[in-house]
Amino acid sequence: MKYVIIGNGVASIGAIEGIRKNDKKGSITVIGEEKYPCYGRPLISYYLEGMTSLDKMDYRPSQFYKDNGVKLVLGVKAEKIDAVSGKVLAGGKEYPYDKLLIATGSSPVIPPTPGYDKVKRKFTFIRLDDALAIEKAVDKTSRVLVIGAGLTGLKAAEGLYGRVGSITVVDMADRVLPAVTDAESSAIVRSHLESKGIAFCLSDHVERFDDGFAVLASGKTIAFDVLVTSVGVRPNTELATSVGCATERMTESGRPFRGIVVDRDQYTGVDGIYAAGDCTLSYDLTLGNTRPLAIQPNAYMQGEAAGAAMSGARAERREYLPVNSGGLLGLRMITAGAYDGEPITVKREGIFRRFFIRERKLRGFIQIGDYSRVGILTEMIRKGTSVDSVDFASLTESPDLAALGDEYVRSVLGRKEKEK
Amino acid sequence: MIDYIQPDYEVVRNKDLCVKCKVCVRQCANQVHAYDEKRDALYVDNSKCVNCHRCVSLCPAHALKIVKTDHCFKPSANYTEDIIKDIYRQADSGGVLLSSMGTPKSYPVYWDKMLINASQVTNPSIDPLREPMEIKTFLGKKPEALEYLPDGSIKTEKYPNLELKVPIMFSAMSYGSISKNAHLCLARAARELGTFYNTGEGGLHEDLYEYGENTIVQVASGRFGVHPAYLRAGSAIEIKIGQGAKPGIGGHLPGSKIGEDVSRTRMIPMGSDAISPAPHHDIYSIEDLRQLVYSLKEATDYKKPVIVKIAAVHNVAAIASGIARSGADIIAIDGFRGGTGAAPTRIRDNVGIPVELALAAVDTRLREEGIRNNVGIVVGGSVRSSADVVKAVALGADAVYIATPALLALGCHLCRSCHSGRCNWGIATQIPELVNRLNPDIGARRLVNLVTAWAHEIMEMMGGMGINSIEALRGNRLMLRGIGLSQKELDILGIKHAGE
Amino acid sequence: MKRVYVNEEWCLGCRLCEYWCVFSASGEKHFPFAFDGGAKPPAGIQVEERGSVHFAVNCRHCEDPLCLKGCISGALSRDGYGAIRVDKTKCVGCHTCIALCPYGCIVSGGDNMPIKKCQLCAGKDYTPQCVSHCPNNAIVFEEDEDL
Repeated sequence: MKYVIIGNGVASIGAIEGIRKNDKKGSITVIGEEKYPCYGRPLISYYLEGMTSLDKMDYRPSQFYKDNGVKLVLGVKAEKIDAVSGKVLAGGKEYPYDKLLIATGSSPVIPPTPGYDKVKRKFTFIRLDDALAIEKAVDKTSRVLVIGAGLTGLKAAEGLYGRVGSITVVDMADRVLPAVTDAESSAIVRSHLESKGIAFCLSDHVERFDDGFAVLASGKTIAFDVLVTSVGVRPNTELATSVGCATERMTESGRPFRGIVVDRDQYTGVDGIYAAGDCTLSYDLTLGNTRPLAIQPNAYMQGEAAGAAMSGARAERREYLPVNSGGLLGLRMITAGAYDGEPITVKREGIFRRFFIRERKLRGFIQIGDYSRVGILTEMIRKGTSVDSVDFASLTESPDLAALGDEYVRSVLGRKEKEK
Repeated sequence: MIDYIQPDYEVVRNKDLCVKCKVCVRQCANQVHAYDEKRDALYVDNSKCVNCHRCVSLCPAHALKIVKTDHCFKPSANYTEDIIKDIYRQADSGGVLLSSMGTPKSYPVYWDKMLINASQVTNPSIDPLREPMEIKTFLGKKPEALEYLPDGSIKTEKYPNLELKVPIMFSAMSYGSISKNAHLCLARAARELGTFYNTGEGGLHEDLYEYGENTIVQVASGRFGVHPAYLRAGSAIEIKIGQGAKPGIGGHLPGSKIGEDVSRTRMIPMGSDAISPAPHHDIYSIEDLRQLVYSLKEATDYKKPVIVKIAAVHNVAAIASGIARSGADIIAIDGFRGGTGAAPTRIRDNVGIPVELALAAVDTRLREEGIRNNVGIVVGGSVRSSADVVKAVALGADAVYIATPALLALGCHLCRSCHSGRCNWGIATQIPELVNRLNPDIGARRLVNLVTAWAHEIMEMMGGMGINSIEALRGNRLMLRGIGLSQKELDILGIKHAGE
Repeated sequence: MKRVYVNEEWCLGCRLCEYWCVFSASGEKHFPFAFDGGAKPPAGIQVEERGSVHFAVNCRHCEDPLCLKGCISGALSRDGYGAIRVDKTKCVGCHTCIALCPYGCIVSGGDNMPIKKCQLCAGKDYTPQCVSHCPNNAIVFEEDEDL
């Protein structure tokens, strides 16, 4: 069996590990556009912060590819897939496959803005090369303008904090982290970052760039030296589209979700071709729909599921849900699931917890400040546990297994009753 | 009110070692240790400390020790500190003083005044690791002689006997005075060792019936928990006349220890004090005793040996002679240094005689009267080591009963506070959280270890004497010599002085 | 592999396991030194308490470890003995694993510090300290016969 994987992100690692669980022999070729062995993309902000270094960023030990019999083709972009004869064309070479995984990830979106082309020091913030380039471009006096107050934009700001003169963040939305917070928690994050000296221009956007200035829709002008654009990503679906994979799903609102459409085995419907990671749409168990869920844990698990399916095993069914954990300059926050239920809020000094309950089930939560053992709640979302079957009041104060009942505790921690 | 009694012990905490893990706070049921959040400091109330070492033993940093206070009264050999304090206590309470475990007074310990023989040259010693060594014994009435049928099989009627793989049994401790887990430890260990434990007078918890083959069920003056199924559950029945630690008086289990399970097992109301009378009200003579012995035999189809347990008192030999004629199969003699869950202090410390002298006197008397084979003899009441066992057997015992060493194996630190019911080691308590501190898996293992170790030592000592069967040692007083004993003591013990 | 199992029936809630865990992870030779820096449990194991019921919870070293699969840095891995380990030089303290662990067994090591978790005191033939110092056999280390 010949496996080819396009892309060398964590979905690819998941796929390799998924394949090797069932098939120790088949050949695996990974074609990656970046010149590095796989690294965790979210690490790039930690790299800028100085919390990790290039030698520690490899996602797997150096012998990983060799140990797993993986042929690694790096620095080469896969150009074409011949789905009829089962080949990938990359860097002038052909890579025949029996099973192909498209794990091409996503690319940053650049909003069309007049004058953007003329900005000298402009960057996106998604790959290691972006971080390395930004690192070279900034100094202690740099005025940094970040477009986008989503998690990536704010992580870029955090990464640069302390290394540059000033940071201003602009976003069209009226609040920071619109995707993972609600209004109140967003305000906590914003005021925390403002207290650290980061400036925000919200409900605003850049109309044009003009010789070291950004002119905003509100009329405000911001002088800057370095521009980081982080307004979102677009799944890399071109290769998949070219071989006939569906790469769009219409939503009720009439606006399509873009991304490769896959089934629970990560199968695209095109013979032998699977897809995983940020280039796909995934099933969100909290909303019960299929949508882009571009977070790293999902990428790995989808890759693993694809690897299992490609090697002939039954892919374990994965219950994907949004989970985000991120510190922002000392403010710790974990969020998960959907925020479409009745909220229950617990506030203490430095602590904000909000839980969303719908149909007596925990749908999602936002926890800021203290989130010890919060994974117990994530598991409740994943399992659809009824809040009435547990001591939910105590879970909102301090999650523990005891709140889930004796039987559960025994099933988790105890050994099966030994034969007497 | 003036508090006349100052704390006996001081808890000493080494602050360099203490990591404030607070295990001492969590584990002390007497609430000696406490933690002050505001000051982030641990503090102690020495007046509550019973010196049970639970905190010391669990402290991961070895930061604790408990020392006897050096606060003192003006020294007097006559009015000692203990006597003064007891007077203060009684002036305070107006009550009988209560104590637990064996007497701490410095009465002579005759075990320590006897030495064991060993072979040299003429009668070679035996290496128990290389050669057979039998410590199995049988307890009960033995036939005077054996008669055989023509086919070689034994014609003589055999009496019910207990078969012991080691000559050591666990003596009576009632469920109520000790916890169910402690009982479970004893039961499991007895089963694994091939010996017996004794229910005491508290009945048998329904969960422990499965250990019946290794159980001796006791019938005492209160008759708590006695019913036909109980009598049939055990392998032997023991009539308790007296207990070494408190001869002449009954038992008293405070109502606070009588919870649901204990109440059901004892067949008495919850929360009521369990007071067993001083005498059996149906026994005023050997003839009366015989009636009870035969009633019990009748109830159990004459299949189980009956033990009569008495405290070692002044006329013990004559009493034993009567018991040996009463139909009882085994006599258990309990010496006055034996333990108790609770006894009036004055009785524990002043009534009865040492078991060594009682044993020697009884064995001698029964032999003289030619009725030694009517009964097995078991002694208890401060058998502390394998050497004590060997000496007891050489003085004439068939087997011994141990209780205090068993409790020590379970974690008891002899703080002598059993009567408080707050045993930090989960032994002498009925408080569920405390009972849980004694995991029977661990406890049973430790008991088995202890008795196995003793068995090895017994075999070593027997081998040294050139004796390869415990029954050949029984009553073999030539194997003992006294040291520092008067002629009278030597005469009673029936042994020669060292050097003779 | 050998796993740590909990007999909650016998757990006394003494929390010694937590302290021994901190000591074991500290690499110090002298017990009190492990707590010099104000280090306090919970560490790789934590005792839960509800009324009179107590039990210790530590990493189950799951068959399907969500922590490892969600790790952004590749700091989590399964060692040769089956234990999920954290490479402290690689962990950036993003706490995605904390968000994912169904049993709440991963503990923050503090801001910008690597996470803390049970690593079975590093392997085979070496009984985890929580197990060897449990006074009542409430935590045992036994072979998982199902595997």
